[in-house]
Amino acid sequence: MSDDLRELYQDLILDHGKRPRNFRAPATANREALGHNPLCGDRLNLYVTVDDKGVIQDAAFQGSGCAISVASASMMTEMLRGKTAEEAAHLFDYLHNSCTGKPADAAGLDEDAIDRIKALAGVRDYPIRVKCATLAWHTLQAALKNEKKVSTE
Amino acid sequence: MTKIEVTSPVCYAPDELFACSAPQRFAVEQYRKDFPTLSQQVHGHPVAYLDTGASAQKPRMVIEAMTRFMENDYANIHRGVHELSQRATDKYEAVRGTVQRFINAEHEDEIVFTHGATDSINLVAQSWGRKFLKAGDEIVITALEHHANIVPWQMLREQLGIVLRIVPVTPEGEVRLEDVKAALSPKTKLVAFAHVSNVLGTILPAAEIVALAHAAGALTLIDGCQAVAHMPVDVRALDTDFYVFSGHKLYGPTGIGILYGKRDILAKMPPYQGGGDMIASVTFAETTYKEPPHRFEAGTPPITEVIGLGAAIEYLSVIGMARIARHEDEMLAYATEKLSRINSLRIIGVAKKKSGIVSFVMENAHPHDIGTILDRCGVAIRAGHHCAQPLMEHLELGATARASFGLYTTREDIDALVAALEKVREIFG
Repeated sequence: MSDDLRELYQDLILDHGKRPRNFRAPATANREALGHNPLCGDRLNLYVTVDDKGVIQDAAFQGSGCAISVASASMMTEMLRGKTAEEAAHLFDYLHNSCTGKPADAAGLDEDAIDRIKALAGVRDYPIRVKCATLAWHTLQAALKNEKKVSTE
Repeated sequence: MTKIEVTSPVCYAPDELFACSAPQRFAVEQYRKDFPTLSQQVHGHPVAYLDTGASAQKPRMVIEAMTRFMENDYANIHRGVHELSQRATDKYEAVRGTVQRFINAEHEDEIVFTHGATDSINLVAQSWGRKFLKAGDEIVITALEHHANIVPWQMLREQLGIVLRIVPVTPEGEVRLEDVKAALSPKTKLVAFAHVSNVLGTILPAAEIVALAHAAGALTLIDGCQAVAHMPVDVRALDTDFYVFSGHKLYGPTGIGILYGKRDILAKMPPYQGGGDMIASVTFAETTYKEPPHRFEAGTPPITEVIGLGAAIEYLSVIGMARIARHEDEMLAYATEKLSRINSLRIIGVAKKKSGIVSFVMENAHPHDIGTILDRCGVAIRAGHHCAQPLMEHLELGATARASFGLYTTREDIDALVAALEKVREIFG
């Protein structure tokens, strides 16, 4: 495989793309939203459980999409547990900047999250695929704001 | 009337020359030299452009005809007190005849210049539809239509309360005549359908569908976008009332399209848009309109693009549409055979009569990932829903990868596709 494809399809991405974690629809979820990327037909339902202190206790998703969007959703659900909406927004900022080649502020983020996001940042050389990496996160924003649907087109 | 000159370093022989001699080899390597974009490398590989269904590349003759026109003859048309305007008008109007002969329309005034097939369909919906349809009237379309042949009718449904009936598509991707028949009723006023499916490549039995529609008292509109560039089209043999297509899929420029309409039907249709160039006279009390086709060409049209479309048609006519169709059939057969050998790959759309389009999905790789990997190998395909979301839903697919062929497609292009698909398997298994 050529190096630049390897940069996009890193093992971590392929693994999460093939075997997405938290791929379920928990009945306990109190926030949910549908994310849709009409360009490629990606669709994901995101389920978030937020406790009364505003901390995310659980995040899960179901749906279908390309390896990048499924891996991004899968890794996101792992990253979110124990985070507040504000902390989630910081992660998204970092991811968005990393994926678009802008300076990204990692201060205060845990190493594990940084590694995952760095793996996704391979999309920066594939502008059309940035939407795939960010669909789950846009959906999360909608879910936390109680908007039911989000589209990245 | 000035003819568009097609200058080519290659000696092409038109179809007629082959009628009584052995069929000559299709000189695809020569034709490829006419397309400047095809000689480049993409990501370090010779580009294999397999996305002609989305838009065709442009031969030098089209590019040069447009440049020459802008360098020598350009002015606004139909305002001809000066020489340049007269020349531009003559060249512009001459293309109407070029299009007429290309699709074998009976009269030149049956050819309306629009901005594309989408514009042509909207014109029919808003002009013919709003004048002649009322609540409860039915329009029949098929499940494999492009959004351009769905949404304008849905807008008309909102406006008038008409009913849309959908003819199903078989799992193979065919439209069966008995299903068309079943969708027809005394209320059917129009049957609108694709000549060739942009997703599946299916060639619909167009003449038979037209005959059924006419027998039911309905008119017909054929979306010919994926047909005109790939096979001979004869609107009189089809007997269709309307036929639409876009210039850019016909190796011509963007921003220009054609609406063919039978003369007596166009004559009864009110203007679509109001403005300059479509009027006979204007006072604040009353405006009278020109006769078709100019009635439907409000404002300054895409003049240079019309010249480009004319050049594209001349170019294709010199090669011969029947020969292009045969070449693309060969490419389709070759690609189908090669792709069928890949275990994890499934071809979507296996109709008996197909044009040069192969849609497919792979077990472990999403079409979008396939598209990205192929791109890095220099292979350009389309991935997604192809502006036919209802069909994708019908097929229970979110997306497909689609390779589509043109007159310049070679076995090497298809070999590059197959080799790149091996890369997909390497990465995704």
